[in-house]
Amino acid sequence: MFYIYCPYCGEHREEEEFHPKGQAHIVRPKEPESCSDEEWGDYLFFRDNPRGIHHELWVHAVGCRKFFNITRHTVTYEILETYKMGEQPSITAETYAPQSSESEAARVAKQAGVRA
Amino acid sequence: MQRYSGFGLVKHALSHHENWQRQWRNPTPKKEYDVIIVGGGGHGLATAYYLAKEHGVKNIAVIEKGWLGGGNTARNTTIVRSNYLWDEAAALYEHAMKLWEGLSQDINYNVMFSQRGVLNLGHTLQDMRDIQRRVNANRLNGIDGEVLDAKGVQELVPIMDCSKNARYPVMGASWQPRAGVARHDAVAWGYARAADAHGVDLLQNTEVTGFKIRDGRVYGVHTNRGDIGAKTIGCVAAGNSGVLANMAGFKLPLESHPLQALVSEPLKPILDTVVMSNHVHGYISQSDKGDLVIGAGIDGYNGYGQRGSFPTVEHTLQAIVEMFPIFSRVRMNRQWGGIVDTCPDACPILSKTPVKGLFFNCGWGTGGFKATPGSGHVFAASLAKGEMHPLAAPFSIDRFHSGALIDEHGAAGVAH
Ligand SMILES: Cc1cc2nc3c(=O)[nH]c(=O)nc-3n(C[C@H](O)[C@H](O)[C@H](O)COP(=O)(O)OP(=O)(O)OC[C@H]3O[C@@H](n4cnc5c(N)ncnc54)[C@H](O)[C@@H]3O)c2cc1C
Ligand SMILES: [Zn+2]
Repeated sequence: MFYIYCPYCGEHREEEEFHPKGQAHIVRPKEPESCSDEEWGDYLFFRDNPRGIHHELWVHAVGCRKFFNITRHTVTYEILETYKMGEQPSITAETYAPQSSESEAARVAKQAGVRA
Repeated sequence: MQRYSGFGLVKHALSHHENWQRQWRNPTPKKEYDVIIVGGGGHGLATAYYLAKEHGVKNIAVIEKGWLGGGNTARNTTIVRSNYLWDEAAALYEHAMKLWEGLSQDINYNVMFSQRGVLNLGHTLQDMRDIQRRVNANRLNGIDGEVLDAKGVQELVPIMDCSKNARYPVMGASWQPRAGVARHDAVAWGYARAADAHGVDLLQNTEVTGFKIRDGRVYGVHTNRGDIGAKTIGCVAAGNSGVLANMAGFKLPLESHPLQALVSEPLKPILDTVVMSNHVHGYISQSDKGDLVIGAGIDGYNGYGQRGSFPTVEHTLQAIVEMFPIFSRVRMNRQWGGIVDTCPDACPILSKTPVKGLFFNCGWGTGGFKATPGSGHVFAASLAKGEMHPLAAPFSIDRFHSGALIDEHGAAGVAH
């Protein structure tokens, strides 16, 4: 169960108040009519889907109903930060460093089945 | 390969079952193969088996990072059906259904395929209209199907609450009598054993960590046990397909999500068919062992952790108890998750890729177990010929740029 900090309400709330809405920071092409099929298809259907750090859009559906962003690890499910719309993440795949050598990521990766 | 038979069972009983052969070898990787299959789930193993059996390819390896069948193949709720709406999907799943019907004999392994029928419930007028449309489409494609009203459903499943008092009353269902369930582990093991008997090398605990690509063509893989060469490579890695595509330098239109299932304590036989509901989102059957097998929905967020969230299980059990008040005090024994690769149009991808010689079979998402024999069969033909099999051709990656999607969200909506 996630315990999510809504940057607008300024409070932690339970996962059930929120809905995930997929990858964050996707920019709609300025002039869809001038996109090639390739560009338009990429915009509509092709997502990053990383095994690791992921920036994603969530909505506080039964709270303030505002959209905001989460940086989350897709193997450990650890929430690393939440930030408002229009802001940029402070943690990225390049800058992310697990806290200790025996981080949750490492522990989970060692569990039977997880690497399978 | 030592053939299994009733006579063999009696013979082995005389020696206290101590002389059974191992089901497959544990070979050391060769330097070079004609074809490498990445992913030792049901689809990958079936691909290897049909390549060897029907296309005479002699030198094949299946590379699996964990153990055979340890991915979604051994984590699913085993529902097999072919009543999909669109011609392309219906043809592919029905091809699989026909192979299921002779599979145990073909691979000399009891996959416990049980055609106990599948009900897809309708709870609203719109559900019923969609069901009518889908069943009509199925019949035009030669796939069995009937539309039942609430009374017909009640007759088939007396323990279900089909009264008007239910929160979402059952108005009817589509019914595919030839559909059913099969034992998922046996499918993986049966194909593995049959492939091994044809000389396929099954390399477990071997993880592909990269591809060897030169001038836009693949000629091998990097693994934790060294490099292995092959000019034709088929990736069948379900939830990890995107990670593999990344290694090869391109993207797939897939998102990986946890999908979970749970089983109850074993009960006396009480449910002799499969009940699925898109609307309240739950599906249930009873295994031969007696446990109720219950499937949930996907978690909405991306994840690779092979475990699902609690709210999702809770939601599913609410739906199950609403449909089957009689199960309200059944205790659950085990719960687990698999990582499914969902595709925007709820249909799989069987396709060539921007890298020559590298093929992908993925995107089966929440409902690929039912397709295992068909998927392996057409993918093997595609790898052998270097051209996609006619049943696979509509499922190319190109459709996400051409717009020729095959939208199966209606038929695949609840997952399976
Ligand atoms: C809870 C749940 C319920 C489901 N219920 C149903 C159902 O009722 N009916 C139905 O039809 N479908 C169902 N499905 C979907 C079905 O399980 C899958 O579509 C199907 O099993 C996929 O088979 P596969 O062989 O492609 O994948 P898998 O069995 O997942 O095999 C892929 C293999 O690739 C391996 N692999 C990944 N990366 C690498 C690498 N880098 N190197 C080497 N090996 C690698 C993995 O270890 C894995 O063993 C369900 C799925 C889940 C999770
Ligand atoms: Zn809020």
